[in-house]
Amino acid sequence: MGKYTVKRIINMIPLLFVISIIIFLFIHLIPGDPARQIAGPTATIGEVDEIRNQLGLNQPLVPQYIKWITGIFTGNFGVSYANKTTVIALLAPRLPITIYLTICSITWSAIMGIIIGVLAAVNRGRAFDLIGMVIAIAGISLPNFWLGLQLMQIFAVNLRILPTGGLESWKGYILPSIAMGAGIMCILARVTRSSMIENLGKDYIRTARAKGLPEHRVIMRHAFKNSSIDVITVTALQIGALIAGSVVVESVFSIPGLGRLLVDSIGFRDYEVVQALILFFSLEYMVINLLADILYGIINPRVRYE
Amino acid sequence: MSDTTANAASATREAEELPKAQSPVRQFVKKFLRRKTAVIGFLFIVFILILAVIGPNITPYDPNAYDYSAILAGPSARHLWGTDEFGRDVFSRILAGTQLSLGTALTASIIGTAAGVVFGLIAGFFGGIVDSLIMRVCDVMFAFPGILLAIAIVAIIGPGITNIMIGVAVFTVPSFARIIRGAVLEVRGELYVEVAQSIGCSSARTMFVHIFPGTMQALIVNFTMNIGGAILSASSLSFLGFGASVTQAEWGAILSQGRNYLAIAPHLVLFPGLVIFLTVLAFNLFGDGLRDTLDPRLN
Repeated sequence: MGKYTVKRIINMIPLLFVISIIIFLFIHLIPGDPARQIAGPTATIGEVDEIRNQLGLNQPLVPQYIKWITGIFTGNFGVSYANKTTVIALLAPRLPITIYLTICSITWSAIMGIIIGVLAAVNRGRAFDLIGMVIAIAGISLPNFWLGLQLMQIFAVNLRILPTGGLESWKGYILPSIAMGAGIMCILARVTRSSMIENLGKDYIRTARAKGLPEHRVIMRHAFKNSSIDVITVTALQIGALIAGSVVVESVFSIPGLGRLLVDSIGFRDYEVVQALILFFSLEYMVINLLADILYGIINPRVRYE
Repeated sequence: MSDTTANAASATREAEELPKAQSPVRQFVKKFLRRKTAVIGFLFIVFILILAVIGPNITPYDPNAYDYSAILAGPSARHLWGTDEFGRDVFSRILAGTQLSLGTALTASIIGTAAGVVFGLIAGFFGGIVDSLIMRVCDVMFAFPGILLAIAIVAIIGPGITNIMIGVAVFTVPSFARIIRGAVLEVRGELYVEVAQSIGCSSARTMFVHIFPGTMQALIVNFTMNIGGAILSASSLSFLGFGASVTQAEWGAILSQGRNYLAIAPHLVLFPGLVIFLTVLAFNLFGDGLRDTLDPRLN
């Protein structure tokens, strides 16, 4: 198991390296003069030169990259031009908010999605299955920003039981978590259902039933354990959608998290912050997929010997 | 599993009842028509496509005409879906915006899919170093979560409808490259491919004329499923303010502007969102039906 984990981590390093180069080139891909773009149309030539010096844009690419990447290893992500602070000072207070919101969303949506999927598979063709699957496909088609705004309209504006935005209390997390997680719950319900239906038709299930195991044990221990591989794969992939969803939902509910910061920073052309955020989001996504890979190895030992 | 057996069973029953062999197209249509939700989705898509073509000509009001006597008016007989902060008729704006919203998503999907197909064919057909290279590039693109790649592209090249299209198209490429590559690997061992090569077909001809049709099922199913996602991605980007300008009638942009008046004029958010939702739902229902009909294995 340790060997497998190490192999997975080593495989990740070259990818991470390439991604860091692409994100670094980001600022250099901006059409025209990036320093002029950042300074805005009203800046003087002196101000533009100052930005160019500050960002090191007048140096050759390779030394610039080395400076940037070594800076990251020492926790120096550069300076936010729009906020006049270091990027790390900008990210640090927002990071826990986004992570907490992501964990809330994935937790409720994964639990609900799996329960609905298993129950739909067990009651295949009956009312629960049909209604559940109609809701699931509708949920996948819902724009998360619209769902967020409708929830806000109902629970905050009309019923006044939850806040419209902000995070003064734990209640502030409820609506954003629902808006972020709804789509994932529906995808997981569908995946769980089809995987369970496939596994419930296999021979070992017949064997398990034939030897007189109680039905809940057949479903959970035998069928679901095998379906959990599919569920984990899809969940890990959906974390990507969740990270992107946080960008949208944080904007809807005015939540001061990383997603909102990304949208604002793009608006201000605050490219050092944009670079750091995109690097962070990609890293987060890769780490989660790595954890999923390791988890497969634990659940299904066959994976380790591929 | 039992789904396939059921299908196979009903297929044999049909074969017994109808001794004459049916064309694959007729068989497909027959199977597809049995899926009511997919048929409804298909009809809705046709309806929306017609509206996209004729929409701008049949709006009850000029979608850009200001009417200061009816600012933020709720839905009524005069203004079916109410008016916005400038007194513009929301129904007319949404109807006129169908072309732009659907056009953006469709164009992005088509361009992204076409590029993905070419890369997938090349990777699957040539194998070896070309394959690893293309697949590694895809891995890199997959490392950007969700629409973040599209957001990053729009951040570099700036906001606007065309740039949203580019962002969504680029974000579509790697998944199609991967799907088509997989389909090519299944087909390329077939005898007819070997025959084509042995009678002297060029690589390009073998790829596009002989292998490509074999990937059509996977392509059609995934393309349909992708359009719904593209509409959602494009409208999300517009909602975040990276897309259409405030003067353009585009679904995401109408909704984005309307959110400022959520408390006093909820219809500004309700209707454009509902239209986006129903359109995406139609594409997803249609795609689900296609997948079940064309390729029961994928279910």
